[in-house]
Amino acid sequence: MTRYVMFRAGQAVLVLWAAFTAAYVLLRLLPGDSILIKFQNPELGLSPQQIAEIRAHYDGGASALATYLDTLSGFLRGSLGYSIDTGTPVTERLAEALPETAKLASAGFGLAVLIAVAIAFAAASSRSSWIRGALLSVPSLFVSVPVFWLGILLIQVFSFRLGLVPVIGGSAAQQLILPVLTLAVPISAPIAQVLARAVDQVRAQPFVPVVAAKGASRQWILWRHVARNATLPALTMAGLVFGELIAGSVVTETVFGRNGIGRLTEQAVNAQDTPVMLAVVVLAAVVFVLVNLVVDLLYPVLDPRLKAAP
Amino acid sequence: MSLLDVRDLAVSYDGRRAVEGISFTVDPGEVVALVGESGSGKSTTAHAVIGLLPGNATVDRGRILLGDADLATWSARRMEALRGAQIGLVPQDPANSLNPVKTIGAQVGEVMRIHGRGDRWEIRRQVVELLTRVGLPDPETRARQYPHELSGGMRQRVLIAIAIALRPRLVIADEPTSALDATVQRRILDLVDDLRAEFGTAVLLVTHDLGVAASRSDRLVVMKAGRVEEQGHTAAVLAAPEAAYTAKLLRDAPALSVREYREAEPAPREPAIVLHDLVKEFRLGRRPFRAVDRVSFEVPRGTTHALVGESGSGKTTTARMVVRFTEPTSGTVTIPGAGEGRRFRRHVQLVHQNPYGSLDPRQSVAEIVAEPLRNFRLGDRAARAARVAELLDRVALPRDLAGRRPRELSGGQRQRVAIARALAVEPGVLVLDEAVSALDVTVQAQILDLLEQLQRDLGLTYLFISHDLAVVRQISHTVSVMSEGRIVESGTTRQVFTEPGAPYTRELLAAIPEPVR
Amino acid sequence: MNRVGLGLAAAWLVIAVALLWAVVPGLFTGYDPIAGVPAEKLRPPGGPHLFGTDPVGRDLFARVVHGSAHSLSGAFTAVAVGLLLGTLLGVLAGSAGGLADDAIMRLVDVLLSVPGLLLALTVIILLGPGTVNVAIAVGVGSVAAFARLTRSEVVRVRRTDYVEAAFGSGGRYPAVLWRHVLPNSLGPVVALAALQFGLAILAISTLGFLGYGAEPPTPEWGLLIAEGRNYLATSWWLTTLPGAVVVAVVLAAGRISRSIGKDTP
Repeated sequence: MTRYVMFRAGQAVLVLWAAFTAAYVLLRLLPGDSILIKFQNPELGLSPQQIAEIRAHYDGGASALATYLDTLSGFLRGSLGYSIDTGTPVTERLAEALPETAKLASAGFGLAVLIAVAIAFAAASSRSSWIRGALLSVPSLFVSVPVFWLGILLIQVFSFRLGLVPVIGGSAAQQLILPVLTLAVPISAPIAQVLARAVDQVRAQPFVPVVAAKGASRQWILWRHVARNATLPALTMAGLVFGELIAGSVVTETVFGRNGIGRLTEQAVNAQDTPVMLAVVVLAAVVFVLVNLVVDLLYPVLDPRLKAAP
Repeated sequence: MSLLDVRDLAVSYDGRRAVEGISFTVDPGEVVALVGESGSGKSTTAHAVIGLLPGNATVDRGRILLGDADLATWSARRMEALRGAQIGLVPQDPANSLNPVKTIGAQVGEVMRIHGRGDRWEIRRQVVELLTRVGLPDPETRARQYPHELSGGMRQRVLIAIAIALRPRLVIADEPTSALDATVQRRILDLVDDLRAEFGTAVLLVTHDLGVAASRSDRLVVMKAGRVEEQGHTAAVLAAPEAAYTAKLLRDAPALSVREYREAEPAPREPAIVLHDLVKEFRLGRRPFRAVDRVSFEVPRGTTHALVGESGSGKTTTARMVVRFTEPTSGTVTIPGAGEGRRFRRHVQLVHQNPYGSLDPRQSVAEIVAEPLRNFRLGDRAARAARVAELLDRVALPRDLAGRRPRELSGGQRQRVAIARALAVEPGVLVLDEAVSALDVTVQAQILDLLEQLQRDLGLTYLFISHDLAVVRQISHTVSVMSEGRIVESGTTRQVFTEPGAPYTRELLAAIPEPVR
Repeated sequence: MNRVGLGLAAAWLVIAVALLWAVVPGLFTGYDPIAGVPAEKLRPPGGPHLFGTDPVGRDLFARVVHGSAHSLSGAFTAVAVGLLLGTLLGVLAGSAGGLADDAIMRLVDVLLSVPGLLLALTVIILLGPGTVNVAIAVGVGSVAAFARLTRSEVVRVRRTDYVEAAFGSGGRYPAVLWRHVLPNSLGPVVALAALQFGLAILAISTLGFLGYGAEPPTPEWGLLIAEGRNYLATSWWLTTLPGAVVVAVVLAAGRISRSIGKDTP
């Protein structure tokens, strides 16, 4: 068991290192002209020599490998370099943006799980095949909706038509309602799909008629036997959509004008601010890999069959 | 008065009639066997009695009387109160019939919780008592364990404990032992017998195995294609079957038919397969596990050698080494006349156990049978087509099946296609890995006849892998009995069956169900 | 025809219409998608303008019809990139096994660990904005999904008895791969391609909305919605109707994907 934990943790570290390296190569080595884009602007009136000096200031004029190792050790120590756009430490900009996004993402994820569970179990409890079919087609609709469009639609309906949520101002909670809903809808869909399919698969297993033969009711079987068995695949999917949560935040924050990692990312792309982008990509990878590591390690707790195996 | 009285029952799936005009009775304390091949409607009938038909099924007609109550008219809620308390179920597949994430104790105790019998302590005490009663050693520990920690036989004992926990008047046993090894099967059936005698519970035994039905039931109900063909006291039906179908079943059931042993002519023949000190080790974690342990035997040309054993005995691993799908750890397999590398496959062919899995679902029958010819570049397109037609004739398949896909064929037809493919390159040796185990007895008998005839016509040598001693007795000239990777006994079929030397062989032979009552 | 068949037919119809919009837009609208008539600005839907008009008096329906070419060709490019690279990696990993398998799958893990949108944005920083670059960026984001599915399918089929039987009847590796493994493993991959086609349209419109795709006044679907944002309070149709078209096309692709997935054994 401990060997398994060590093995999975080692694998996670390897993936993170590879993700960092790949992002570094893509963002820092290949373009290399982000400095030019910012300082070439004639309004600044800098000579090519001055630009070269600035460049030296940012990467120290060292060899590519040395810069890479320097950046890597910086990341390991928690120092993420300096933003080209604003010149401030990337750590500072991340620290400013992170709380907002964390609030949005955690609330969005929680709501998404609630929606998914509600859809899957309402469909499973329903005796009418018509209602069941209707409920089960909801997730396919949810995944087909562009996040930005959904946000706009919600603003239009709830703010402009019904006047329920103020467009500008309003309390912090009020400001959070629509973005959280926008984020939750597409995230809930894959979880609901996997959960509903898992519930169906578990209910087709031979142990279910045995429980029914004991005299158990539909609800008893669903909640005491099927639910726990169906949790595993849904948990895997929940871990996988964590990445989409970050991507969804980028769009949601843009639509609702919130300051967070999403906004930061958008600004970084527009300014070709590669140090910030690198930090955001690595942050997303860290969150994703950690969440999925936890999911993997939770498996044996939920399914006793996996305890004996490696 | 009868305990269960089924009258003129008819059930359909999605509007298509599955069973019709089913009538039979079960008296208190009696064992009634519902016998039939797959698709005969025996499981549908049993599930209708306990009210557990799948959602797309409807009871169209008939009455299911348990005492005075007609269960066919009962609501789902009323049936819930009845199930577990009045009717128990022992399911088919012990491997998957327990919830993998709940403890044994919780699952046995659940039936008492559902029906509100006793508090937590009382239930816990009763669970241990029940587990003891069904013969599980160390019941307190078992109650805390999860299903995957128990063997198949132990799980089936747990399922029996659940079925009898509330002392129901009727237990429905749906193929209770078909997934178990022969020796385990016998012990489980003995347990069911004991409990029936002790509690006076009636048993409705659903089985495809006429041998099991014959040895364990008071009365037989023979079903075919959704109808009852014949019913009566077991001994009477066996002695003088009225329906032609019953007679055919009796003739085809390997355990019941008494055929002559096959014996090769005494003239010494050169060997076609020679195994010498064959060993296969697998690594399981850190310590090596010896799946096959110094196995040696010879098979004379033109005869059938059977390799018999229960699951995990190493017989399949041995077969895979013979056909070179697995490398031996040490020892040798010599097949005189077989080439090396790919040419080896022209002389030695394997027929798989599962005729549903061994044919590519996207190919037509003609493509499947012609594939070996294409691989070895034998003949042009026209010659190959002619050869395919000839091979289909050989295995007695109509030629117009050539264009069909495997899913359009029955199990027996598929296995014939697999045999035709194996014969395409005119091999000398055929390795048959449980090649008839997945088939119904009547189909099984046809395939065994076909194999015998092909052997006579083509002089083939068979290595026949099987867990089923009754089948082995029919087809093989010589037998090796395997247990835990070793050969415990070897000899002619007559010797092994009439004068078994090893205690393990005697135990296996005793497990062949025989009509005793 | 039953309800299920009807839904599937409707899905194919939606895709067919969208494709026709892309190929022969003139058949569906006579208005110019670029040049507007200022006098007719911000007309609500109905009458001569099915979807209404925008702030410079361009017919919105014409812009949506002409925009389908950008969205659909982008989605095709994206799926082609993902399908080609992903299937290649998956078949390689699944059939080679061993070290190559491990190496490829760790690479896929890395691709998977970065959210698709961030990956696309990274590619855009590298290649710069533009429709083709956006399509490539989205395609790269789907490589991991294709590779994982293809690999698992190849590994599954390789374990079947019929593949063993093919080797048993003297088949060589390439012949068995071509005759048995690929035909039997590609069904779910085709289903995924259909699904990814819809998701690519979503991703491309998202990047268009963020401003990294086509330049205005090109009528790209995401861009159309972005342009309509400033008129939320007054002209609902500018955002709602193009979005509804996107939803319909993506839904249809998903429905078709499920029907393909169901047909394959």
